[in-house]
Amino acid sequence: MATDPKLETLKVEFKRNPMMPWPFRINRVKRETEDTFTIELQPSGDLEEFQFQPGQFNMLYVYGVGEIPISISGDPLQPRVLVHTTRAVGTVTKAMAKLRRGDIIGIRGPFGKPWPIENAVGQDIVFVAGGIGLAPLRPALYEVVEQRERFGKVVLLYGTRTPADVLFRQELEHWRARFDLEVFVTVDRAMSGWKGNVGVVTTLIPRAPFDPRNTVAFVCGPEVMMRFTAIELVKRGVNPNTIYVSLERNMKCAIGLCGHCQFGSYFVCKDGPVFPYSVIKDLLVKWEL
Amino acid sequence: MEDLQRILAEHKFFKGLQQEYLDLIVGCASNVRFDAGQKIFSEGEEANQFYLIRTGKVAIELKAPGQREIILETLQEGDILGWSWLIPPYFWHYDGKALELTRMIAMDGKCLRSKCEQDHDLGYELLKRFSSIIVQRFEATRLQLLDVYGDRS
Repeated sequence: MATDPKLETLKVEFKRNPMMPWPFRINRVKRETEDTFTIELQPSGDLEEFQFQPGQFNMLYVYGVGEIPISISGDPLQPRVLVHTTRAVGTVTKAMAKLRRGDIIGIRGPFGKPWPIENAVGQDIVFVAGGIGLAPLRPALYEVVEQRERFGKVVLLYGTRTPADVLFRQELEHWRARFDLEVFVTVDRAMSGWKGNVGVVTTLIPRAPFDPRNTVAFVCGPEVMMRFTAIELVKRGVNPNTIYVSLERNMKCAIGLCGHCQFGSYFVCKDGPVFPYSVIKDLLVKWEL
Repeated sequence: MEDLQRILAEHKFFKGLQQEYLDLIVGCASNVRFDAGQKIFSEGEEANQFYLIRTGKVAIELKAPGQREIILETLQEGDILGWSWLIPPYFWHYDGKALELTRMIAMDGKCLRSKCEQDHDLGYELLKRFSSIIVQRFEATRLQLLDVYGDRS
């Protein structure tokens, strides 16, 4: 089949120009909870694969509405399907939630620094997720599970608002059933009848089965939650240099030009979103930022 | 009794406590078990015990009119359950219910209170340990109140 020269030019342009969105077709929209949904996308126009690293994000453009950054929540080993999970809370995400199979979204990316999974080889890994923060951690979990023998204990601590807000329920059950993963879920509030844990996610840390002197922690969730989680991890004995957090800021260009996501001397889009806790610890308590 | 003494001595709550105090405390301790769904204590009842959870899970619940009980927190293996025995007027403020088969060591609060009155050093030691637990639960409650996963839009 003859290749369309115009398309080839566009493909080169997409790879070269990070400001140019590429059209992706929606394959599936899955409702996860009352306000959270996952969209599965496929590149249109012969772009066959979308390679990314766990922890990276894309800029998603709903045509005529606006563009927002969303972390990738899919499997990095399945690059033919691009997966994003988000909450319908703002103008763009609410419009996105109304899209259906076959609709088109513009994608720029992937951007940002990933979870440094290689730093955890031979060590225990603790994933601490809060609410929708489980979505940016899921690609890292997929990768770690795929290379399970390279790591020590692997623990997932997941906290969310109520039992109805538990994300990726089936996958959590699947991971919990494995003998080589430790999964603990807690909710902030529940009514009688819930048999699981009730309490903030930080309360899981003192009892979680990992060796703090030999642990790398990946933390993602609301900033307040990450701050207190990091404090609790340090209290348990984890080195602040081996704790990584993923920040969320108002990103626009996603390549460190516009300054919207400036955080102290860093740009979250370019220097993050994943940062070592030890690097940004002091900035996290500055409310002006 | 010897077994209880060993369990108490190894428990993080009593870690570092002088042997003479452990000997005193073990006299106030007994093994108890609760089946899943069984009430351990109810709001308004006299609080004359606290518990060291050995296995199982306990829900601290609050009754609210017109709805099911709200679970405020759950406690499990290694946790201490109850401090109302220590603070006048010694009544439970919430309900405690076993969510699964739960085995605990029950400490007789009345017995301990009288021992603490006789020996203030023991009272101070216990109060320091309970203060630390109260602070942890208080901090966790503050975080819960922040409702960090709520809609910020």
